[in-house]
Amino acid sequence: MESNGHEHVIEVTDLRRVYGGGFEAVRGISFTVRRGEIFALLGTNGAGKTSTVELLEGLAEPAGGRVRVLGHDPYTERAAVRPRTGVMLQEGGFPSELTVAETARMWAGCVSGARPPAEVLALVGLETKAGTRVKQLSGGQRRRLDLALALLGDPEVLFLDEPSTGLDAEGRRATWELVSALRDGGTTVLLTTHYLEEAENLADRLAIMHDGRIATTGTPAEVTAAEPSRISFELPDGYFVGDLPPLGGLGVAGHETDGRLVRLRTHELQRTATGLLMWAAQAGVELRRLDMRSASLEEAFLGIAKNASAEQATGMTTKEYAA
Amino acid sequence: MSATQTTPRPATAMTTPLSRMTALARAELTLLGRTKGALVAALFVPLVMPVSVRSAAEEMDLAGAGLSPGTLVLPAAFGFSLLFAVYSVLVGVFVVRREELVLKRLRTGELRDAEILGGSALPAVLTGLAQCLLLTAGCVALLDLSAPSAPHLIVLGLLLGLVMCAALAAATASFTKTGESAQATPMPLLMVSMIGSGMFLPLELMPDRVASVCELLPLTPVVTLVRGGWTGNLSGYEALGALATAMAWILIGVFAVRRWFRWEPRR
Repeated sequence: MESNGHEHVIEVTDLRRVYGGGFEAVRGISFTVRRGEIFALLGTNGAGKTSTVELLEGLAEPAGGRVRVLGHDPYTERAAVRPRTGVMLQEGGFPSELTVAETARMWAGCVSGARPPAEVLALVGLETKAGTRVKQLSGGQRRRLDLALALLGDPEVLFLDEPSTGLDAEGRRATWELVSALRDGGTTVLLTTHYLEEAENLADRLAIMHDGRIATTGTPAEVTAAEPSRISFELPDGYFVGDLPPLGGLGVAGHETDGRLVRLRTHELQRTATGLLMWAAQAGVELRRLDMRSASLEEAFLGIAKNASAEQATGMTTKEYAA
Repeated sequence: MSATQTTPRPATAMTTPLSRMTALARAELTLLGRTKGALVAALFVPLVMPVSVRSAAEEMDLAGAGLSPGTLVLPAAFGFSLLFAVYSVLVGVFVVRREELVLKRLRTGELRDAEILGGSALPAVLTGLAQCLLLTAGCVALLDLSAPSAPHLIVLGLLLGLVMCAALAAATASFTKTGESAQATPMPLLMVSMIGSGMFLPLELMPDRVASVCELLPLTPVVTLVRGGWTGNLSGYEALGALATAMAWILIGVFAVRRWFRWEPRR
């Protein structure tokens, strides 16, 4: 369990999940989550995130591989794991005719060491909705109720399946603050999301899933480090790409043109930008629609999806052109 | 945000199977009170149907079979209560909770599978029990029923009936896809029981061959035990046979649930 002084709260090894029809949703993934960190499974719809989380929650038996949560198998040793975990499913799962307070009271009766229901409802800002029937809640309010119930037992490990889907910007921000505060209090959080911003803001480490596999994993900084920064601008009238200084000399890793628009990829943003701007100043031209951005998770994410679809199309890996 | 501020937990805060099932049953009771269709089926039908049995009794040679209007109507009334207030209501409860993903959510927590089904079933089972007690009082008052000869057989029959109806409801829910089809899937057992389990026509008045088949129906042993408990006409051998049949149906129900019950809708 111990490695480098960090306890691995979740250990996943060669995990596979196959549905009844033979569809392989999870195709041999491995990762670990340390105590007190937020780990995000990022991916498009159908990447296998929920299928994975359900195995970690112990709702289904893996087709292969191994899951350990707090040192136990969550499927076969349910009684040992459940009192220490909190789960927020992708979709509610509340009787529509119960009120918020009745729902929370029911769940509190099923959770060891439950906090007072009113306390967790206040935590997610639902205290004024206690007497409202679940069916009258908005989608966002239902997500918050789900989060409140997941927190009822002060879980050591929290599974959040798309916690902010359906929330407005304010609700999403509040959820992020709450989840961060829980992490700071020592809770281990595993969440799934298809919002890049959410993973980038919240996760200590993340794994990008695609097609049932983990395409890349690491801290947000590590995952984006491999990606190039981007510069785009419009060529001034009468100028051509050949009129620019030699791109290789500016550290440009690749470029493409789209009409008069030029896009550059570089791993040395400052060097490329300086060279480009100095050339523009000396030539006395204005670079319209100039845009420069550091590598982001979005680049990594789109790159993975693009590579994967190209692989499917041609049966081979496409290569970025090397500097 | 005070997410990290935690209320100290009392040492006794661990849940037990009983405390978990009670919490779930309490919520289900609230829901039962808010579901009008189920309420009508559960409360109204079992109290009205016995009247039609009473009128059917006029045309039968009851005395020849050692029966009276009271010993015909009361077991039938128990049967209606079990079929409508327990069995049909619970098929709907299990199917609707599955559709609402409530069962899936409950399975993420500390409740064990059997506790989820048991806790959800408890309000309907208690409704059925209360109804049978009420019906007994009604029959004693209105139909000149004398004291039962073997009360223990009545209690045994009723308890077996309650457990069996809950188990068969979960089994029926295993083969019911939507809340709408839950209106139809309980029908076969309802019809077969009303016709063949001695509710309208006592087995004593059936041709022997037909009676020996009808003895094997799920609700027949319940009706037989309740009726026999009242008349005292049941031999020990017959009582054991009824007990065995009832146990067999409970086991079949439990087996079917373990094998086929689905906790979430098909996607």
